[in-house]
Amino acid sequence: MADIVNRIEGRGCVVRGSDIDTDRIIPARFLRCVTFDGLGEHAFEDDREQAKGDHALDKEQYAGANVLIVGENFGCGSSREHAPQSLMRAGFDVFVGESFAEIFAGNCTALGLPCVTLAGDDLATLMDSVELDPEQTVAVDLESRTVTSRAGTMEANVRDGTRKALLEGTWNATAVLVEAGETIEATAARLPYVNGFAN
Amino acid sequence: MTSPSSLFDKVWQAHAVRELPDGQTQLFIGLHLIHEVTSPQAFAMLNEMGLPVRFPQQTFATVDHIIPTDSQVRPLADGLAEQMLVALEKNCRDNGITLFDPASGNQGVVHVIGPELGLTQPGMTVACGDSHTSTHGAFGAIAFGIGTSQVRDVLATQCLAMAKPKVRRIDVEGTLGGGVYAKDVILHIIRRLGVKGGVGHAYEYAGDVIEAMTMEERLTVCNMSIEGGARVGYINPDDTAVEYLRGREYAPKGEAFDRAADWWRSIASDAEASYDDRVTFAGSDISPTVTWGIHPGHALGVAENIPQLTAVPDDERPGYAEALEYMGLRQGEAVAGTKIDVAFIGSCTNGRISDLREAAKVAQKGHVAPGIRTFVVPGSQAVARQAEEEGLDEIFKAAGFDWREPGCSMCLAMNPDKLIGRELCASSSNRNFKGRQGSPTGRTMLMSPAMVAAAAIRGEVTDVREVL
Ligand code: SF4
Repeated sequence: MADIVNRIEGRGCVVRGSDIDTDRIIPARFLRCVTFDGLGEHAFEDDREQAKGDHALDKEQYAGANVLIVGENFGCGSSREHAPQSLMRAGFDVFVGESFAEIFAGNCTALGLPCVTLAGDDLATLMDSVELDPEQTVAVDLESRTVTSRAGTMEANVRDGTRKALLEGTWNATAVLVEAGETIEATAARLPYVNGFAN
Repeated sequence: MTSPSSLFDKVWQAHAVRELPDGQTQLFIGLHLIHEVTSPQAFAMLNEMGLPVRFPQQTFATVDHIIPTDSQVRPLADGLAEQMLVALEKNCRDNGITLFDPASGNQGVVHVIGPELGLTQPGMTVACGDSHTSTHGAFGAIAFGIGTSQVRDVLATQCLAMAKPKVRRIDVEGTLGGGVYAKDVILHIIRRLGVKGGVGHAYEYAGDVIEAMTMEERLTVCNMSIEGGARVGYINPDDTAVEYLRGREYAPKGEAFDRAADWWRSIASDAEASYDDRVTFAGSDISPTVTWGIHPGHALGVAENIPQLTAVPDDERPGYAEALEYMGLRQGEAVAGTKIDVAFIGSCTNGRISDLREAAKVAQKGHVAPGIRTFVVPGSQAVARQAEEEGLDEIFKAAGFDWREPGCSMCLAMNPDKLIGRELCASSSNRNFKGRQGSPTGRTMLMSPAMVAAAAIRGEVTDVREVL
């Protein structure tokens, strides 16, 4: 069984922009590896290089932040789990955004990292607030589905299944799936292709 | 009498092992494809949990992303690539998994070899640690990309925990004009529905245009579903799918094939099936399409002008401005005539034999323009053999194109094939994200293989209909 994930609080880090794809989160050249170790330092590497120190991840005021605040369709593109792995290893425990790409969000859940969404106006308010006052605490609460900061308490959305899995500590899917036992073989036996349409 | 259902519902139901406490479904996975990039960590996690591979006979592996396309002699020149291949070989050997490596003669991009070996079949669930797994939906399979932790889940249990998406039916009616290919169809769909349009949905592609397509064209369409936000895209199995599979290495043989064909046809969507949403496009509205920006939704007919920022909806304007700046293009200008530096023909979108044939037809009309680097990369060893048998390699070489060994190559540039600096690449692949082709500032314009060949010989983005 995995750990229960409910309330995560810490300082926020704002990365603006929509459709930030996984190639930008972790460029493909860093996928040449057989473990995820060391990916943290390469998060957003090319974007950071181009921003010449002006990228959120390089700004001093965000050092030590663990709540990543992003825009729309964050994590679109490839299925590489290297993306959430690198952000997790860069110190982020939770993602708050307007929307997330499906595979990215699924990969995050598998690592126990919640992706919560806010309405567009609320997100804009939160981003402005954290940019102005990066020292404040941002708290994400799954139980009450809220994000609280100096900008107030905002209603957050998390997919029901994901929320339940995080709250109950069942987000490590392998452990849950194994429990089906022989039902798995029984399901396979009903599928005509599994035995090559032998009869 | 069961009520009319879509293929999606039928396949989902047939593979549902149980409902999970969190409301998701435990889904049995009929075919698990693995490759060197997203599997080593999964095997490590499996070992840590002390679990064996549950259905090794439903799992197949290949090496594609890191493989060089100049020489595939071992050890690979890149030590990290060699290390990844060695890890894959060991994991397959230790767990009794079939590996299609270069020595097998069946190596290739995972989404090219699954169909060509007859591994991918209608009615299956297919998973692979790669977002373009949607490709396999062309046969009427429910196929989706997964992350590494989910690769571990499938290795351990042959199952995934999945939430059932909605199904949107997309009909493309009528016929396509000359010089308009499957790639243009899917780029057009993404342009219209947006790169997030499919989030939470499976796309069922149908209508005259789709039904008239060959399997290879259907694979191109389904391949890019994920670029429209849909994790799954599929086409109902019909005679085209059945005949494609007949005689393939891993397809059933003899009477078993007939039984299979009956079952395959039976899982197609019923005529009266209902959908969560329906969209219709006219084939005649689709022209040769190219992308000008930094995601596949930034697409245009080749005869159109790059949009004026004032004509773009407010919320999309910052994204458009960012794309224009990155690409170094100007609003209001014609997209045709944009100078290119590199031409890439290949990938799981457009690296099949029919793609090479169409590109060769165009290549034959001229010679690569001075200063343009070119890469023609077959999607698999089987595609390469077929092309060489037909003399396509000679056509390309005579026209000045560089003929390479099979692999993912410059689709994502994890091997030595890369853009340099701000080079602009006309590419038959599926992603034009910033930095996608190996240079952090490199630029990509997506188009059909024939359009790439036309751009290569003119040195600029060209309406292929002028060349044909
Ligand atoms: S060809 Fe490109 S998109 Fe396809 S599997 Fe390889 S890297 Fe991924």
